[in-house]
Amino acid sequence: MSVDTTTVARIARLARIKIDDDKLAPLAGELSNILDWVEQLREVDTDDVPPMTSAVETTLVRRDDTVTDGGKADDVLANAPRAEHGFFAVPKVIE
Amino acid sequence: MTELVDLTIAEARDRLAARELSSRELVAAHIAAVEAVRPLNAFITETPEVALAMADAADARLARGEATAMTGIPVAVKDLFCTRDVPTTAASHILDGFTPRYESTVTANLWADGAVMVGKTNLDEFAMGSSNEHSYYGPVKNPWRAKDSNADLVPGGSSGGSATAVAARAAMGATGTDTGGSIRQPAALTGTVGLKPTYGRCSRWGVVAFASSLDHPGPFARTVRDAAILLGSMAGYDPKDSTSVDRPVPDYEAGLTGDVRGMTIGVPKEYRTDDMPGDIEALWRQGIGWLREAGATIVDISLPHTRYALPAYYIVAPAEASSNLARYDGVRYGLREQAGGDLTDMYEATRAAGFGDEVKRRILIGTYVLSAGYYDAYYLKAQKVRTLIARDFATAFETVDAIVTPTSPNAAFPLGDKLDDPIAMYFNDVFTVPADLAGVPAISLPAGLTGEGLPLGLQVIGRAFDEATVLKVGDAIERAAGFDARPAAWWVA
Repeated sequence: MSVDTTTVARIARLARIKIDDDKLAPLAGELSNILDWVEQLREVDTDDVPPMTSAVETTLVRRDDTVTDGGKADDVLANAPRAEHGFFAVPKVIE
Repeated sequence: MTELVDLTIAEARDRLAARELSSRELVAAHIAAVEAVRPLNAFITETPEVALAMADAADARLARGEATAMTGIPVAVKDLFCTRDVPTTAASHILDGFTPRYESTVTANLWADGAVMVGKTNLDEFAMGSSNEHSYYGPVKNPWRAKDSNADLVPGGSSGGSATAVAARAAMGATGTDTGGSIRQPAALTGTVGLKPTYGRCSRWGVVAFASSLDHPGPFARTVRDAAILLGSMAGYDPKDSTSVDRPVPDYEAGLTGDVRGMTIGVPKEYRTDDMPGDIEALWRQGIGWLREAGATIVDISLPHTRYALPAYYIVAPAEASSNLARYDGVRYGLREQAGGDLTDMYEATRAAGFGDEVKRRILIGTYVLSAGYYDAYYLKAQKVRTLIARDFATAFETVDAIVTPTSPNAAFPLGDKLDDPIAMYFNDVFTVPADLAGVPAISLPAGLTGEGLPLGLQVIGRAFDEATVLKVGDAIERAAGFDARPAAWWVA
C-alpha cells in the first residue's frame, strides 16, 4: 500500500478538494493500486537519459514585448459566479 | 437517391459546388438526424439555430464562388472546444453555466472555411476516460450492438460523443482531442476514422486543457479522404499556442493516390500481446497482407519500451492535469459551492462538488507525484521513459515509412463493464498511448468486424509532421478493406 489515509488527506488538502473522512480509506486503496502499478517504471534504466521536455523539437517563438490585447474586463468577468465593481468577488479573506 | 446524411464530405462538397444541393438542405437533414439520435446521448448541446444561420452564410458564399472544401458542411464539436456564446461544459459539473466569450482556434479555422456547427458532443469529464461513462451528462451509447443482442455498448472515449455523432450520421465530421487515445480508440469502437495529428499541428488554444504536453486536437470522419479534408481546415500555425508549429499545411487530400509501392511498413512485435483476441490478430495480419499486395515492403520492427508507455502516461497526464485543473476554483467561472466558511472552504467545497470521481482520482495522483520529495521518483522518471519511447519511434522511422498496429485491444464493451477497475479501463489505450507520448501522428480506420459484428480498427503511425503518409497508407488500407458495414438504426423509434 503506497499511500495511507493520512497521505490522502494531505494531498486532498494540497489539491483543495474536500474529501469526507469515510471516503479516505477507499481512496487510499484506489490510489495505491495505481501507484503500485506505475512502480514498474523502476525496471527501466534511465541513468543517462534526459527527461523529455517537448514532444517535437521546437524553439519557442518570441514576439515583441508589446500589448496586443486587452480592455476586456466585461468579457473576463462575464462568467464569474460573483463579480462586483469590476472585480471577482470572493468570501472575506482578512478579518 | 442517397440519403443526404449518408454523403461523405467529399461528395457533399462536390454537389454543393455544382449547386445541386444547398447547405441549408444538407444542414436541415443533419439537424433532424441530431434530434433522431437523442437516445444515444451523443450531444450535450444542440445548436440548430446557429447551424441554420451558418448554412445560409455558406450558401451565400457558394453563390459568390468563394467556397472551400468545408463550406456548408455540418460538423459536430467535442464539448471541450470553447465556442463563442455557446455553452462549453467539458462534461463537468464544475463548468456549469460557462459560456465562452471567445472561440477556439481549431473551430475558428473550420468556421472561417465555412463549416457549420450542429452541436457540442458528449465526452468523458475533462477528456479523462476511455468509455465516455465518466460524463456529468451521462454515458453515450454506441450506435453499434452485437449480433442478436440489445445490450448497450460504450462508444469508447473520451471523444465518444463525436465518434457516435459521425457513426450515426448526425454529423459528416467532428472535432476530437487525443491525449492518450481519445480520438483513435472511440473511432475504432464506432467504425469511424479518427486522426491524431503531430503535436503542434492543430492549435490547443481555446481547448479546455487536460495534459498540455499530450493534448492533440484532431478530426473524426467516415472516410480517410474526409479526415484529410477536415485536417487541412483545422491545422495551421497559431501564435496563441506557444507549442503550435509554423509549417505549411500540405494538401492532404491530393496525396491520397492509393499508391504505396516502394513504401516500407513496420510491424512492431511488442504489440503482439499474448491475450490479443483472435479477431484482432487476424485483422492485423489481413491489414499487413493488403499493404503487401499493394506493393509495400513489410518488415518486423521492435519498439522495446512499449510496455512502459501506459504507466509513464499515468504519471505525466495526471501531473499535468492536477496543474491545469487548479483553475477551477469557483472564482472566475462555473460552479461555486459555499456553505459558510472562508475562501479555502469555498475552494474545497466547490471542487468536491464539481469534479467527478475519475477526475478527482487523477488530480490526487497528479498532486501526489508532483509533491515535495516525489517529483524525481515519479514525474522526472516518467519523462525519461518518455524520451526512450520517442527514441524507439525515431529509430524505427530510420527504416520504415509507417507502422501498422491494431488500434484497440478489444471491440466495444457493455456499459459498466470496466467502471470498477480503473487500471483495466486504462488498458483500452495500450496501443494508442505511445504515439501521444512521442507526439507522432496516427490514424485509426475501420477495417473489419468481430464475429459478433462489431467494428475493429487498424492504426497507422507515422513520422512527426508526416500526416500525408499516415493518410496515404490509411487510404490504401481503406480501399482494400472495402468496409461498408454500418450500425442498424435501432435508436429510431
